[in-house]
Amino acid sequence: MKVLMNGCDAIVQAALDSECTFFAGYPITPATPILLQMIRELPKVGGVAIQGEDEITSMGLCIGAVMTGARALTATSGPGMSLYSENLGLAIMAEVPMVIVDVQRMGPATGAATTTAQGDIQFLRWGTSGGYPLIVLCPTNVEECYNLTCLAFELSEKYRVPVILATDKETAATLQTVETDLFKKCPPPIRETADTGKPYKPYAVKDPAGVPQMAHFGGEQLVRFNTSTHDPAGYMTKNPAEIEALNTHLADKIEAHREELEFTETDIQDGAETLVISYGVTARSAGTAVKQARAAGRKVSFLTIHSLWPVPEKAVRMALEGVQEIIVAELNHGQYRREIERLAGETRSVVGVHRVDGDLITPEQILQEGGLA
Amino acid sequence: MTVPKIETYFDEDRLPLPFCPGCGHTIILQKLNEALVDLQLDPHKVVLVTDIGCSGLSDKFFTTNTFHGLHGRSLTYASGIKLQNPKLEVLVIIGDGGCGIGGQHLLNAARRNIGIKVLVFNNFNYGMTGGEHSVTTPPGMRTATTPAGQLEQPLDICRTVAVNGASYARRTTTFDKELRSHILETISTEGFALLDIWELCTSYFAPRNRLSRKQMEKTLEELSFPTGVIVQRSKPEFSRAVHQAAEQQKGIPLSRPVEFPVLYEHNLSKRKGLILAGDAGTKIGSAARIFCSAGLYAGLHTSQRHDYPVTVQSGFSVSEIVLSPSAIEHPGVDQPAWVIALFPAGLKKILPIIHELPPESTVYLDASLPDVETSASVFRLDFTSAGRAAKRRENHALTALAAFIQHAGLFDLQALEDATGLRKAFAEQNLEAVQAGKTLLQG
Repeated sequence: MKVLMNGCDAIVQAALDSECTFFAGYPITPATPILLQMIRELPKVGGVAIQGEDEITSMGLCIGAVMTGARALTATSGPGMSLYSENLGLAIMAEVPMVIVDVQRMGPATGAATTTAQGDIQFLRWGTSGGYPLIVLCPTNVEECYNLTCLAFELSEKYRVPVILATDKETAATLQTVETDLFKKCPPPIRETADTGKPYKPYAVKDPAGVPQMAHFGGEQLVRFNTSTHDPAGYMTKNPAEIEALNTHLADKIEAHREELEFTETDIQDGAETLVISYGVTARSAGTAVKQARAAGRKVSFLTIHSLWPVPEKAVRMALEGVQEIIVAELNHGQYRREIERLAGETRSVVGVHRVDGDLITPEQILQEGGLA
Repeated sequence: MTVPKIETYFDEDRLPLPFCPGCGHTIILQKLNEALVDLQLDPHKVVLVTDIGCSGLSDKFFTTNTFHGLHGRSLTYASGIKLQNPKLEVLVIIGDGGCGIGGQHLLNAARRNIGIKVLVFNNFNYGMTGGEHSVTTPPGMRTATTPAGQLEQPLDICRTVAVNGASYARRTTTFDKELRSHILETISTEGFALLDIWELCTSYFAPRNRLSRKQMEKTLEELSFPTGVIVQRSKPEFSRAVHQAAEQQKGIPLSRPVEFPVLYEHNLSKRKGLILAGDAGTKIGSAARIFCSAGLYAGLHTSQRHDYPVTVQSGFSVSEIVLSPSAIEHPGVDQPAWVIALFPAGLKKILPIIHELPPESTVYLDASLPDVETSASVFRLDFTSAGRAAKRRENHALTALAAFIQHAGLFDLQALEDATGLRKAFAEQNLEAVQAGKTLLQG
């Protein structure tokens, strides 16, 4: 059935379908509609939604609530992500499952409030100290805002890691005709909590790539939560072997599952020597450009990336086979092109199609600058 | 079955406490343990939240739940824990450094009167990093970063939280014989409670300033900082208030989007763009949304991108609409097939687009607006001649859209009339506005 929705509406609906029970956020255009809707909707299902006094607090509230049994969402935009940075590190270190929505707007700093951009792509991956991995998903349209928010909750629980949904002002705020039939089933993810009775170690893992079982404050187990380097029992440690074990685990639990974390859409055309790669709202213009180029007799393959981090290297490498020229379209100066160039090697040429004036990349721009016209 | 008495909340295997000889932290933790023994709280129902600094080493010695977080943010984690489960006893150990970097959280936790219990280990400097000054360093005192003596006014933590809504605040020192009962009273408060405990940092602050118990008490006097209870009052506790308020909402159905059956046919063969431009307060956005809804009733795919300046009630208001017989792939209106300009600020905003329009585009322009330079066809909309309903400024957008639908032969106007019923509060007025559009472009 058709409805009129924007990305924020879809994210909220997916969060509620995922049985999100806690929201804290601070008003910032263009993410505010998520705050407003969560404030309106969450109490209806017995959840708590609250406006923090700033973004730092909003993250802190979510983290405290998650460790007390909540499933939490927060939403902000670039300037807010800057303030989320330190607690993002804490959530990685202390293994807090939560979903963070970044509705990207033009930067740097407060930027051209409020125009659309995709300028946070590298920041989302590298924006906290230590450089440990997390998961970043990126929807191209409203349906994917729903589907990838559901997936974000699922992955955050599965890997006990913050998952960021990197959307943008255009997708989040533009009202769109949406086929709700395209919404995937969104069963609320299961959080496996530690059995009662056994001695509980909050950070014990069977192997480095495993995920420790959660227990909540107020439950049957005593929980020791620690954002400093800790041993399996949650006590601060400076023992080199324990430090290495923890850091290896934090990297491995994502890196060892890279292939399970690849979400892409590949549209290969036989004999194509050109590959167009894009993500987010720009992928929609890229899709039209590819269709138009094919209609004009060009052979072009197309790769849409839904999981920006970790980089879906297997899918990119497969799409690169036989390709000589790659066009990467994005609303920044070429942030994700760096990743593609790294994988493409020196024999292929990589062309960036960029736009940083606050407006969208059009299919025509991709055709012209990508040499497909 | 009787629950055996808990003799200590210390983890005996981890003792002794690690602090420097004579450090006040040791005294406070011993008194905290005694207060917990007095209270006999279930350790599973207690969460001890710490952050950074020497005081942040405290949590591991206790057999309760513990949360060790980032500098100054302990108050936010504690608040999240309390909000999620108001039944838990959430204790915060924070230093004077934490009260500086987390000052924002201190103010707001007090203001909310959230029932977290805060013990401030206040030794006037950063003991862990070498004795730098903090927000509580008294005037004239020397620290690693105040070689000429502190020139800044110290923060009065107690009176700050008191004036901003805390249920309880008391100032004391580690030399107070009643420290244990003060901690007990702090924990037993329902709302936000804070105990500011002045103490000696025997590695840095005390030797640098020859600070003794006597000197510390003299400093309190010189600053006119009162000791004892600063505030004690009964107020609704925040986390419980949040859950009580939510209780009244429980069971109300979740908002879900309106589903649109296809009721009418359309005459659109390919994707086209429409720009509706007006001024703030002229219901451009809501009219465009009604129009998009009508499009869905007619089996079209529509999208609406709305733009307005930061000021909501002044300046332009412009909606970009895409209409398409199939799913709308790339976003944005490139070159609109149609432009409707109704008010001056909106016209000014989109004038560059109008200048570039090709001859096959159409511009619908309010009769009172100046002529525009364009290759497109221009039709004037005279709202003064179309009856009472059309004359109202806030009806112009819908009236114009109704006229446009008829003029362009887009789909049955009934689709737009149906869509006016979606917002019950304005249904009647909006229907009048649509009907007024039927005759707007006649003759």
